[in-house]
Amino acid sequence: MKMTRGSAALTALTALTLAAAACGGDSFDSGTTDGDASGSAAGDTTGVALTVLIASSGDAETAAVTEAATAWAEETGNTVDVQPAQDIQQQLAQGFAGGNAPDLFYVEAGRFADYAQAGNLYPYAEQLTDNDDFYESLRTTFTYDGEQYCAPKDFSTLALQINNTAWEAAGLTDDDVPTTWDELATVAEALTTGEQVGLAVAPTRDRLGAFLVQAGGYWVNEDATEATADSAENVEALTYVQSLLAAGSAAYPADLDAGWGGEAFGTGRAAMAMEGNWIRGAMTNDYPDVDYQVVEFPEGPGGPGTLLFTQCWGISADSENQAAAVSLVDYLTTPEQQLANAEAFGVMPSRESVEADYIEAFPDDAPFIAGGEYGRGPVTAPGIEAVMVDLDAQLEQLGSGDPAQILQSFDSNASGIVGQ
Amino acid sequence: MTIAATPNPGAPTAPPARPTRRPRSGGVTAGQGRAGWLFVSPGVILLVLFLVAPILLALWVSVTDWSGRGSPLSGDVGFVGADNYAQILTEDGLVKRDFFTSLRNTGYYVLLVVPAQTILALFLATVLNQRLLRARGFFRTAFYFPSVTSSVAISLVFLFMFSGSGAINDLLGYVGVQGPTWFGDSRGLLHLLGSAVNLWSISDPPQALTGTTVLGLTGWEWLSGPSVAMSAIIMLVVWTTTGTFMLMFLAALQDVPVEVEEAALVDGANRWQRFTNVTVPHIRPTLLLVVTLGLIGTWQVFDQIFITTQGGPAKTTLSPAFLSYFYALENGQWGVGTAMAFILFAIIILFTLLQRLVFRDRDAARQRRRERQRRQGVAS
Repeated sequence: MKMTRGSAALTALTALTLAAAACGGDSFDSGTTDGDASGSAAGDTTGVALTVLIASSGDAETAAVTEAATAWAEETGNTVDVQPAQDIQQQLAQGFAGGNAPDLFYVEAGRFADYAQAGNLYPYAEQLTDNDDFYESLRTTFTYDGEQYCAPKDFSTLALQINNTAWEAAGLTDDDVPTTWDELATVAEALTTGEQVGLAVAPTRDRLGAFLVQAGGYWVNEDATEATADSAENVEALTYVQSLLAAGSAAYPADLDAGWGGEAFGTGRAAMAMEGNWIRGAMTNDYPDVDYQVVEFPEGPGGPGTLLFTQCWGISADSENQAAAVSLVDYLTTPEQQLANAEAFGVMPSRESVEADYIEAFPDDAPFIAGGEYGRGPVTAPGIEAVMVDLDAQLEQLGSGDPAQILQSFDSNASGIVGQ
Repeated sequence: MTIAATPNPGAPTAPPARPTRRPRSGGVTAGQGRAGWLFVSPGVILLVLFLVAPILLALWVSVTDWSGRGSPLSGDVGFVGADNYAQILTEDGLVKRDFFTSLRNTGYYVLLVVPAQTILALFLATVLNQRLLRARGFFRTAFYFPSVTSSVAISLVFLFMFSGSGAINDLLGYVGVQGPTWFGDSRGLLHLLGSAVNLWSISDPPQALTGTTVLGLTGWEWLSGPSVAMSAIIMLVVWTTTGTFMLMFLAALQDVPVEVEEAALVDGANRWQRFTNVTVPHIRPTLLLVVTLGLIGTWQVFDQIFITTQGGPAKTTLSPAFLSYFYALENGQWGVGTAMAFILFAIIILFTLLQRLVFRDRDAARQRRRERQRRQGVAS
């Protein structure tokens, strides 16, 4: 008697579960079947309501994007709702699973390939006005399976920051600004005193990768079809960094009581740092008294090299308003709008044609934007994040590690992922 | 001994005679079953909707290649069988190495946290249970306070305290010790200990250990012990959870009859004997509860790691729960992520069963067995 009652309850539970799951399934499906990711954009270009999700760096960015989007909406007779995200990855994941992702959203370069492979992104790059004007390296970053999916929103690069006070105290002049690796090692040594090291460098792929590019190598080949970390160039680059660390003229920010290179630079524990243009805001807000200059990285054996960081404007494959969304992206990436954004929240325009105007407006940032020509973007491939995190964990041990072994392990981890 | 004379409250008493069940049909009880279901239905529906259904759905995702797009139940999602599990457990590669690294880290973590928090909680509860203690209410609140504070807030405070130039290192500086950069230090405690007693050298680990690879990690890596960063998290967790368990022990201790203790006192038992022979057997069920909850909670450690280290430095604070989150949400491999969660579930069940076996009341079990034998003897 008891058994049957128990099993009846179990059956009821199972039935309920299935019913609930089935309901869920139906409502999910209805969202995902339409909006196929090919051909011309679906939906009207006027009279639609767009939702935009941005991973905003602060109020200035939210206000600037909202203002621009509102201007577009008034011009075209649409409405637009710009939402700053709390945690854009999680919010997008929920949206994709539920078939109700926002129409337009920021896509981090590192996550791009995952989204593209899963079919979450609508490839619209060909419909953009003057798509070829975007820096080639940025377009490559947002290319998956031979197709560029989205428009690079803006970008940042790394360059070398020099503390002028420390520079003069070490008896260095403008002529000593390093242009080669040897010169960098020399000035870093000259700048190293008891309380201060020459160069703060974080042991991550997002900094050390620049040395790889300067040496003429990188984690992957030009087309990002193959992991090519284990090369003589890359070993040379990591060995060079090792020698700086061993000489004591370079140090990790963590060992300088800093969370990142900019902090070590601001507190004066490091006389040089290799950070991106985001360091400007930090210096203005937190260390306004530090007198510093920004120069391009010295060239390595393989020429100039730096790293690019970027995001793109992703349009949801499930969106019913793709045509309107493309029109908004076009509006948001016009040269004028990109200059306005640079003014408002300190990002660099992703269009080459704006470069001259940008340098004119922000002459101090010329070393940063120069990197757009020769920098390499992040490695993008579906499921690459775990490999990159593992690489970072190994680079942390670079001080005592074997560069060749680190590079080989990256290749073997990435072999099943890159170019698949 | 007087102790033996008093009935042991921990021992099972004879089960109450089962009331003879009435026939279900007819009479006044006819609608009772249905009414019963009606009354529990709000709870059941909520449980199914928010507990059973998500768990079953996750179980399904763990055997598919779902990419996070659309419903996992739609036709586009491919069934891959045990592939995700195989990737974690058997196929040599990054996923397997990551997972066993996280098991190693959490293994050391559990090994240190569970005994530490249990003993400390029992100690604090015993202190608070003394009738002569003044300001008991104050101490009770003070000890319990960390447990009611948000783990996020506490983790952030620890992050500052344990930074390279933080309060902890300042304190260590007073006694002439130069503290490490706690959350940035990936050196293993066993490695450090071994090199301190000249068992091995960290810069040149013994070939016998680095040469052998077991489950994706070398013997040297398995024997690292918790890293310095992990030990900071261990201190954090012990400090926050002890209060809750102390409260449980305190409740149990207050149930220990005074007469029993007095009887032991009369028999000449000293303080330690009274504690081990009278108090601890009395609170054995609570001890079991505390260790069980401790085991389950520690294997699932997530938020402290998410806030402080995100698995670093050098992956020495990765935990299976954090890794599962990482693979699903940040690496886009939802199947692998959920499979990790279910393997963790199996591990927790296994350890809980093992722990019940160790903690079972041997006297009671023996008594039950004897009774059963006697009954069989009578029957035959």
